[in-house]
Amino acid sequence: MNTRAITAIVRKDLKVAMQNKGVVLPIIILPLILFIIFPWIMAYAPQMASASGAPVNNVDELLKRMPAGLLDELDGYNEEQQMVVFSLVYMLAPMFLIMPLMVSSVFAADSFAGEKERKTLEALLYTPTTDRELFVAKLAGAWITAVSVALLSFIVYAVMVNAAAWQSIGHIFFPNWMWIVLVLWVTPAVAGLGLVVMVFVSVRAQGFQDAYQTGGLVVLPVLALMIGQISGVMYFSLGVVLFVGLIVWLIDAVLLWFASKSFRRGELMTRL
Amino acid sequence: MTSPVIQISSLTRRFGEKNAVDELTLDVQAGEIFGFLGHNGAGKTTTVRLLNGVIEATSGSARVLGLDSRVDGSALRARTGVLTETPSLDERLTARDNLAFYAELYSVPRANVKQRVESILQDFDLADRADEKVGGYSKGMKQRLALARSLIHKPDVLFLDEPTAALDPVAARYVNDLVEHLARREGCTVFLCTHNLVEAQRICDRVAVMEHGKLVALGTPSELTRQYVKRLDVDLEVDPAQMELALQTLQSIPQLVIGSVKQEKDILTMTLSGREAIPELVSVLHQKGLRIYRLAPQEANLEEVYFALNGGTQ
Repeated sequence: MNTRAITAIVRKDLKVAMQNKGVVLPIIILPLILFIIFPWIMAYAPQMASASGAPVNNVDELLKRMPAGLLDELDGYNEEQQMVVFSLVYMLAPMFLIMPLMVSSVFAADSFAGEKERKTLEALLYTPTTDRELFVAKLAGAWITAVSVALLSFIVYAVMVNAAAWQSIGHIFFPNWMWIVLVLWVTPAVAGLGLVVMVFVSVRAQGFQDAYQTGGLVVLPVLALMIGQISGVMYFSLGVVLFVGLIVWLIDAVLLWFASKSFRRGELMTRL
Repeated sequence: MTSPVIQISSLTRRFGEKNAVDELTLDVQAGEIFGFLGHNGAGKTTTVRLLNGVIEATSGSARVLGLDSRVDGSALRARTGVLTETPSLDERLTARDNLAFYAELYSVPRANVKQRVESILQDFDLADRADEKVGGYSKGMKQRLALARSLIHKPDVLFLDEPTAALDPVAARYVNDLVEHLARREGCTVFLCTHNLVEAQRICDRVAVMEHGKLVALGTPSELTRQYVKRLDVDLEVDPAQMELALQTLQSIPQLVIGSVKQEKDILTMTLSGREAIPELVSVLHQKGLRIYRLAPQEANLEEVYFALNGGTQ
């Protein structure tokens, strides 16, 4: 493997992608809303509800539907704290996965389909870089970016959550073990899923937007997890997170195998 | 004699029911500028892709620099440079970044990358705007940069796919001069795909003419014109006082002079049935007592070869 060529492609892809507003804006706006604004709203929502005299019964109703394991996790907190911990620690956990999924998808779309759209792929295919090196470089660029952005978002979120909820909780309560496993075990797998799906989509897509719109469907399983948690069907316990991670890694492995088989320069060249 | 730089034997590439390249066999010698002619869809670009191991042949074989394009693609591409029909440049990057990126991919020694990029920017007259994004460049500048990129690693064989198609005459001349310089001074073998026949005639040592994936003619431009262009245009200058007699004589020998004779001042221009008609024509004119001041055959060009091969329909 020519690591020099791989590094050069990764660096170039990052440089080119960072000049595409379609890539940069979602990476800035989504974390800003989810990991900076959202914690403050959720941390102060119960207080604002009490101050306005609105009933907090809805929280009771919500928590009553939750699995017993989650109620155990929230044991020891008062009603207001339960609401804060539930929303910031558990409700947002599946939403966090949208981050690596979206970043890897958007980068992969720019790297694979975007390259085709900009008509820069042909010259790249004439270089001595092998199919495998090209494949690894394209995947690595999107994956490293997605995982890095997710890790950074997690750190920012941890600071924001503890700061925003300090008044009601009074001590550092985030992250718990579930979140650490979510970030270190599930996030890289989900980032992988986003980009492998995009590899398949990009082969046939005409350009960046086309690929991104079609590949965006990959977010559906994450939405299902969110709905499952809000409706009380399941909650993000340590066990569930470990299991979800395992499943996504297995899906990644299978898709990666197929993607590597279909990633042939001859095939790419004839589709230009 | 050294072995050919490019050896192609019965090379075929099929797309669905159509043979894009059909049983192609030819050799290209070291240091040659080899013209690969044909109209759009004749199989030129597919051949370049096959020779560089970018797509696989359905059958047959191709060796470039002794390397089998089917199995040694990566090693082969490390020693070839390709200028694609569209410049294929990253327009969001600067010229310097584009060149540095490809220098890395072609494994130009790390210590030399900066110097090599700088020197090629100078050579191609791009140094002044090297730090501007390529998106703002003119077509000619983009083509020059793309050519510079294809030479960043000093390839032994250069493939050029329609290098002047989108250029104005001045920029086209610049590119052609550069190609000639590379072949004549630096010994680079050039495989030039073009449908610009004037350009091919001017700079190519040998040419191959492709039609629907098949090789229909191969040779030097003069060999091909002799072989395929039977008719010959000639200018005749006689004593001005004998102009009327000359016209009458020429019109009386339709077996030698085809069609009408055009007169422009003291010059008569006509088409002969072939090169072998010249001695007979001189003999007839002499018998009629005409004083010949000048008889100048006009060399046929590749354009006429091309039309002859395509039945005058292209």
